[in-house]
Amino acid sequence: MSSYYGQPVLAQPVWTPEVPAYFFVGGLAGATAPLTLAASLRGNDALAGRAAAIVLAGSVASPALLISDLGRPGRFLNMLRMFKVTSPMSVGSWLLTAFGTTAAVSAGRELLGLFPRGGRAAQSAGALLGPLLSTYTAALIAQTAVPAWHEARRELPFVFAAGSLSSAGAIAQLVTPYAHAAPARRMAVAGAVAELLAIRAMERRLGALGEPLHSGRVGITTRAAKLLTGAGGALVAAAPRAGGRRRSVLGKSGAAALLGAALLERWTILRAGIASAADPKYVVAPQRERVGR
Amino acid sequence: MTGAPFEVRSYGGEAKPRVGFFTDTSVCIGCKACEVACKEWNHVPEDGLVHTGRSLDNSGGLGADTWRHVAFVEQRKPVSIGDGLPDSLVQHTARRELADDLGELRWLMSSDVCKHCTHAACLEVCPTGALFRTEFGTVVVQEDVCNGCGYCVPACPFGVLDRREEDGRVWKCTLCYDRLGAAQEPACAQACPTDSIQFGELDELRERAHERVRELQAAGEFGAQLYLDDPGDGIGGAGAFFLLLDDPEVYGLPPDPVDATRDLGTTWRATLAAAGALLAGVAACALGGRR
Repeated sequence: MSSYYGQPVLAQPVWTPEVPAYFFVGGLAGATAPLTLAASLRGNDALAGRAAAIVLAGSVASPALLISDLGRPGRFLNMLRMFKVTSPMSVGSWLLTAFGTTAAVSAGRELLGLFPRGGRAAQSAGALLGPLLSTYTAALIAQTAVPAWHEARRELPFVFAAGSLSSAGAIAQLVTPYAHAAPARRMAVAGAVAELLAIRAMERRLGALGEPLHSGRVGITTRAAKLLTGAGGALVAAAPRAGGRRRSVLGKSGAAALLGAALLERWTILRAGIASAADPKYVVAPQRERVGR
Repeated sequence: MTGAPFEVRSYGGEAKPRVGFFTDTSVCIGCKACEVACKEWNHVPEDGLVHTGRSLDNSGGLGADTWRHVAFVEQRKPVSIGDGLPDSLVQHTARRELADDLGELRWLMSSDVCKHCTHAACLEVCPTGALFRTEFGTVVVQEDVCNGCGYCVPACPFGVLDRREEDGRVWKCTLCYDRLGAAQEPACAQACPTDSIQFGELDELRERAHERVRELQAAGEFGAQLYLDDPGDGIGGAGAFFLLLDDPEVYGLPPDPVDATRDLGTTWRATLAAAGALLAGVAACALGGRR
């Protein structure tokens, strides 16, 4: 394969670590929103209150992370100059704005007893918007020329959805007393299993283009993320069978592992994308194959 | 007008014929007058006077502070030359003199620039609308709107756009939007001493390019090929297209670039399906079983 002195064909993404951190925090908050509604509907107030607080914290931290990544943070409001369906970032800016509003009203209901009826409507809206917030970030990176992201466009949203499910379950059970945290534990375990399956599907789809996921430092974090996901899911699943204090220790250490895994996974995907943009072989070889010769 | 960008329609009666560049690399002499003229006219800051050490290329590639980049390729490969070589094939002369037993050495030089794509991914993903289509069919960044989100940087299939670090915003070739308004040609085209960079109405440039490639092929330059002239390609054809003497990747250009937003439907459908699965998953975990 020819190249111009091995120089990159694409420009490498300029996004800083705030971006994968946002993917993690926003995803977690998004998946916690339907949990808030469900727990509140079933009268599990201990869980609903904590979930509402997590959603609110996430929807405050998310724009802060995004704004600090901008080249011109003072111009963050330009994100709302227009709505463009061709730009997942534009769609996401509106999503995050709407989601943040529902999060504030929902937290007011659960924690302060305000807006008894409007609060429920806001929770319902949040439960619908949240999963979109968890997954649109996959569309955002997939709609680029970066081979490792664009070619994984069918699987990436499921990777992000699964990571959001496991991390939302993990954080909720970390802060909720054991007796009230059964739904969160189920989410953590189901999310961990789904995450491992979705990553496997993504790797299969990428084939040789997935090489950056497995080489160098990124390769180490890929393995670490999978190991932590598996271990975290197993620990949380084992917790109910243990007795006394061990039960809580197992659950909480499993939750911590899952949170670390989900964050690491997002960071890994960002770094793998940057590596795949930097090496002309991932860009040129598939295109050359397409045009023949 | 063939393959005009759809956004131009919104200009109605104010729309102008689509203009662009035809860069005929077979007559590029690597003088870099285009690089200098571009920097001077557009006040593009200095970004380091460094040598790559690999060739006479000292600007490396396009970026926030390099809107014209001259690539230098040194090749040693067997190339057949027909009889009756036209004088205009400047690059041939150089390689004849340098021929030795390893084969012929030839220099390929090419002035790269923003392609002003018909389907421009940068413009489509830009969340602020800072990137827009002008009445001339070109793609320009409005520096008073760009907030430096960086989305266009990995969206461009050519790696044209980049963020200027000390400034925070993204910068690229404007095809001298200010000069177009005053009916002047872009600075690079005006400075080019060999007419390697030709500016004009796109339809006319395409005709001229097809004529030129036929001429070169007839002279035995079988590697001569047009790049990005076809409205049926993955970016709908470019406003700035090229005549190359070897495959695009030799010059650091992608052989089959695609506007990533072409797959928008697939991506959004997968995203909605994943969001639905996530909602169903949370509901099953939270509503089924012990509360």
